[in-house]
Amino acid sequence: MRSVQDALTGEIFEEYAVLSVDELSRLCAVDRTYIVELVEEGVLSVATVEAEQWRFTGTALRRARTALRLQRDLEINLPGVALALELMEELDALRRELQSMRR
Amino acid sequence: MEFKDYYKVMGVARDATEPQIKQAYRKLARKYHPDVSKEKDAEARFKELGEAYEVLKSPEKRAAYDQLGRGPRPGENFRPPPDWGSGFEFSGAGEGAGDRDYSEFFESLFGAAAGGGRRGRHGFDPGRGFRAPGDPGRGPDHHAKVVLDLEATLQGGSRSFTLRVPEIDAEGRLISTERVLNVQIPKGILAGQTIRLAGQGASAGQGSGTGSSTAGDLYIEVDFQPHPLYRPDGRDLYLELPVAPWEAALGASVKTPTPGGAVDLKIPLGSHAGTKLRLRGRGIPAATPGDLYVVLQIALPPADNEKAKAAYRAMADALPFNPRAQLGVTP
Repeated sequence: MRSVQDALTGEIFEEYAVLSVDELSRLCAVDRTYIVELVEEGVLSVATVEAEQWRFTGTALRRARTALRLQRDLEINLPGVALALELMEELDALRRELQSMRR
Repeated sequence: MEFKDYYKVMGVARDATEPQIKQAYRKLARKYHPDVSKEKDAEARFKELGEAYEVLKSPEKRAAYDQLGRGPRPGENFRPPPDWGSGFEFSGAGEGAGDRDYSEFFESLFGAAAGGGRRGRHGFDPGRGFRAPGDPGRGPDHHAKVVLDLEATLQGGSRSFTLRVPEIDAEGRLISTERVLNVQIPKGILAGQTIRLAGQGASAGQGSGTGSSTAGDLYIEVDFQPHPLYRPDGRDLYLELPVAPWEAALGASVKTPTPGGAVDLKIPLGSHAGTKLRLRGRGIPAATPGDLYVVLQIALPPADNEKAKAAYRAMADALPFNPRAQLGVTP
């Protein structure tokens, strides 16, 4: 049990992070080829290209980690992961809409 | 220690075949996967399921587990028999369901190292314990999830939360310690976004954060509790505002709450239920802040005394109004 420290200050990762393929693969603990596959499958989108290098925004981290968990835990292949993520997003949007209509 | 009925967890018979067990696992894993499921105990159920599958999919572990079957009933106090494990060889790292931590029951039978890596409790996931290539002195990053009140993003300020951190003790056992973090919440953070705390992950060669220069980072994903007044949608906020029928019909200026304090809101003449009024820039703060949408609801005054009833009758007499005109029926 640790004691309460003075408040730690962090930043909103998604707002400042610009990630290269190597950084993203390190943060997800996967080989860089996996990140390339996620891009080819359309799971991740490249934000910009700098000096022929891909750059991702911070939101790619959460997406890549979710894709990784789905693939590992449910043993689905990449096209399946891509489909699952798209359907999950659609479901989220529908749930939000339903919530606003119910009130 | 509680005895766990892995067959019950997976919803299969004790004589289920391997394909049946695999099928049950796949089905339940899709149902309770924390990324997919909306069930409130999904994470705990998924963990339990992974543990049950880890045992039942392995013929050796399953046979060893079945030998216990005559012992205490589920929930009863359980202690492994003295000759436990003799004659069985457990293969090392598991696969499939992947990194997780196991219950005390599981570890008493198969040891903490029998599974794959380990995954934290209560939403804590130590990034699968990886090291950065070419950065061997750096500790692993940690990932956690917290649920905050909406005021945290509207006003900023610090919030404390307790994270459970898996650590390896001196004897190499997996233990869980609690760590209280006090974090300054960045104003304007949205649900699904992440606060990165540099150096608050695990230090190299150690299980928990010490804040040393070689420590990994801590990533905290944020979600919000439902707020009694405001419903966030991206940066925008929605508020249901009840108004009296005459306020909607005749127009009015009414007090409405906003995150920055109450303001006078002009209700336009001829408003109706569902009319949406936008208060620009009064949503979640940012360089370009979100908007606050006020959605009008018509609240009817109760006709619970003679005076009120007379007022409704006067209205009925004065207004030739058929609310069901669109339905093709006459009053």
